[in-house]
Amino acid sequence: MLNLSINGKPHALDLDPQTPLLWAIRDHVGLTGTKYSCGIAQCGSCTVYLDGAPVRACITPVSDAVGKEVTTIEGLSSPAGQAVQAAWRELEVVQCGYCQSGQIMSAASLLQRNRKPTDADIDQAMQGNLCRCATYARIRQAIKVAADKLNGVQS
Amino acid sequence: MKTDQIVNLSRRRFVAGSAVSLAGLTLGIIPTVAAEQRQAGPGIAGQAPETAGDFSPNAFLRIDGDGIVTVISKHLEMGQGTYTGMATLVAEELDADWEKVRVEGAPADAGRYNNLFWGKAQGTGGSTAIANSWKQMRKAGAAARQMLVQAAAKQWQVEAGEIKVKSGVVSHAPSGRKAGFGELAERAAEQPVPESVTLKDPKSFSLIGQRIPRKDSPEKINGQAIFTQDVKLPGMLTAVVLHPPRLGATVSKIDTKGALAVKGVREVIQIPSGVAVVADDFWQAKLGRDALSVSWDESKAFSKSSAQILDDYRQLAEKPGLVARTEGDGATALASTDDAIEAEYSVPFLSHSAMEPMNCVVRIDEAGCEVWNGEQMQTSDQYQIAGLLGLEPHQVHIHMLYAGGSFGRRANPAADYLLETVHIAKALKPGTPLKMVWTREDDTHAGYYRPLYLHRMRAALNDQGEPHVWDQRIVGQSILKGTPFESVMVKDGVDMTSVEGAANLPYEIKHVQVDLHSPELPVPVLWWRSVGSTHTAFAVECFIDELAVKAGQDPLAYRRKLLRNHPRHLGVLNLVAEKAGWGEPMGRNRGQGIAVHESFNSYVAQVAEVSVRRSVISVDRVVIAVDCGVAVNPDVIVAQMEGGMGFGLSATLLSELTFREGRVEQSNFTDYRILRIDQMPEVEVHIVASAEAPTGVGEPATPVIAPAVANAVFAATGKRLRQLPLRLG
Repeated sequence: MLNLSINGKPHALDLDPQTPLLWAIRDHVGLTGTKYSCGIAQCGSCTVYLDGAPVRACITPVSDAVGKEVTTIEGLSSPAGQAVQAAWRELEVVQCGYCQSGQIMSAASLLQRNRKPTDADIDQAMQGNLCRCATYARIRQAIKVAADKLNGVQS
Repeated sequence: MKTDQIVNLSRRRFVAGSAVSLAGLTLGIIPTVAAEQRQAGPGIAGQAPETAGDFSPNAFLRIDGDGIVTVISKHLEMGQGTYTGMATLVAEELDADWEKVRVEGAPADAGRYNNLFWGKAQGTGGSTAIANSWKQMRKAGAAARQMLVQAAAKQWQVEAGEIKVKSGVVSHAPSGRKAGFGELAERAAEQPVPESVTLKDPKSFSLIGQRIPRKDSPEKINGQAIFTQDVKLPGMLTAVVLHPPRLGATVSKIDTKGALAVKGVREVIQIPSGVAVVADDFWQAKLGRDALSVSWDESKAFSKSSAQILDDYRQLAEKPGLVARTEGDGATALASTDDAIEAEYSVPFLSHSAMEPMNCVVRIDEAGCEVWNGEQMQTSDQYQIAGLLGLEPHQVHIHMLYAGGSFGRRANPAADYLLETVHIAKALKPGTPLKMVWTREDDTHAGYYRPLYLHRMRAALNDQGEPHVWDQRIVGQSILKGTPFESVMVKDGVDMTSVEGAANLPYEIKHVQVDLHSPELPVPVLWWRSVGSTHTAFAVECFIDELAVKAGQDPLAYRRKLLRNHPRHLGVLNLVAEKAGWGEPMGRNRGQGIAVHESFNSYVAQVAEVSVRRSVISVDRVVIAVDCGVAVNPDVIVAQMEGGMGFGLSATLLSELTFREGRVEQSNFTDYRILRIDQMPEVEVHIVASAEAPTGVGEPATPVIAPAVANAVFAATGKRLRQLPLRLG
């Protein structure tokens, strides 16, 4: 039995320890905001946090999450996360939406580390997150709006 | 003011809470429903059970006692903003409070929910959602508004003409009475359905033309939105399918031992498209497939390579094809010219590669077949599934869920991945829900690609440098041959989707010839966002640039001259040139390129600014002008222009699906590359003000970027690139 803490709640899962965290979260915990798209850490749709640090859940064995706090899009509640989600609505970033949980998790993590990201910082932090609808222009802009919100700048 | 006639087909009146009478009523703006579909179908608006007190004046909306307006979208939300668009049209004429408007996907029922541009078929595609719904949804909203007003007039004993509706509140100023939609819903349901309604004068629009929040954003931002991938039903099993390594290969032997030994694996089932491994969850099914041993008979399998296909097409282009357009006498004129200009353009196969790989959930029992899918072509999918199961189409119930992108992939007349799921589900115990999931690799390998195309272009210029001969020969597979669309969209052997964007060349040229070869290959092909224009716009807009250069004229001025009788093309060209600062010096290794193209009755012009360093092309800035008639949701239009261009930019710079001896060479985003954020240019979108009926925006931005960038690369380097993806050096 693997004991996990996801979004602050305990879960005991009877799984092969090598099962990717992604499928543990989706199929066994029932949180489906974290998405599958490539399975090889090439698209970022499955981004979650382990103790606050972003990982690609599709290549992370569920056993790596034992003893750590897992945060998924459903549990994102940090000030950076809230600022990003608000900016995402303000700028209407979303199109099909499938990659957006991962985009938001990556963006919030960037702002957690760097409250004043430049375009280059954004490109570097976000280039692992694919969006086939190509919402990139708005993602870039929304991250800046979120940064302003966090820094108390009136938008 | 315009008055539109509404015919009340049933002439029945509403009785709140009585499902029997409700189920019989449909406004005549909607075609008649086949009786059996009506009986089998759910409640009148969508598929929610009717609740006493709800007001459901037609198939497209429902108002409950709390005043929540639920708009039933007959179109799939796949990112293009259609849920917001449908709701905007209804809410505008209803004068609803936007905050209280919700959207629900319609069930599969062509009687009520057909695409008015597709005859009796229900579906989403060809950038038609807003265009075909423009009046239908507004009438639905207007009819409901009128019934709410009638209800208030009766209740308050006042003149209906003195009643006003604003933001979900019905009020009568002289008496000071007012009520929310919810309070009036039950009474409104008792009012007769109006025979005709008056639609608003565009001057009094309060939602159309405004930037209003998208309806799908909140749940897509907090992880609550449900895609097919997220469906979980009690007792549901998951299947992963092993497809043949090459097209046309067949199973010769299966050893199931390894797969069945994997924990959670229930069954291994051979189906026409491969071998399915069914397990309790995805990961077990995937491990089961890894452990499966199948030997394949590849003796009859496809064995060609992309380079060879291109060579074959080149040979074919030597011979005349079927004529798609002919004016004047191009052949004679060309023969008499001594400096004909000739060029060959080509584009590769492309995969749609939506972020949500294809998947489907199916449950089959005695009553029929229930399907959960990012559903794009309800009617044809119903027929396909019913045909396979020996059911009537109305016994196939489809839940239209959000699609994690489609770009044409989910609108497949062959219903490939749906039928694959049905084949597996029918081998299981009746009533077992089954989710079939493709991995990214499956999604890349399993086919239905944008066809590889070759264009041979020839032209001759007159003394003023203008073309007087234009000869375009197109070679590539037909998408529609052999599908139910063939009878409508293949004319005299010419597949309209192969030549759109070329046969309707807008440039004024005396002798024009466009012909087509549609060679047959076993590679399954399908429309890909903007269909024929994906390749015709590239060939036409680059070649016209070549002619301008040859004539020593500015590419913008050259186009303007040849488009003098095409005001909407000129409108977007002039706007984009002004906003982009066309002709400003760009500096070393930088260049501007321009292109203009009409598709799906919308006009788009783009100016791309590129830099070239060490043979790497960077697109720095793209300015877009669009004329799509009335801008219903301006911000959604801007988003579709940005994203549609970005989607096209992947194909311009990166994406290519190739065959090597019959095998697809790419498998995941490592080798089938798509645009990443660091490659996304700055984008600026400008909408031409228009009073014309609205036209599509999902596709028209996509085909314009490749020629704009290729022309910019020429301006920057003097090198003319004629093959996608563009490569220097």
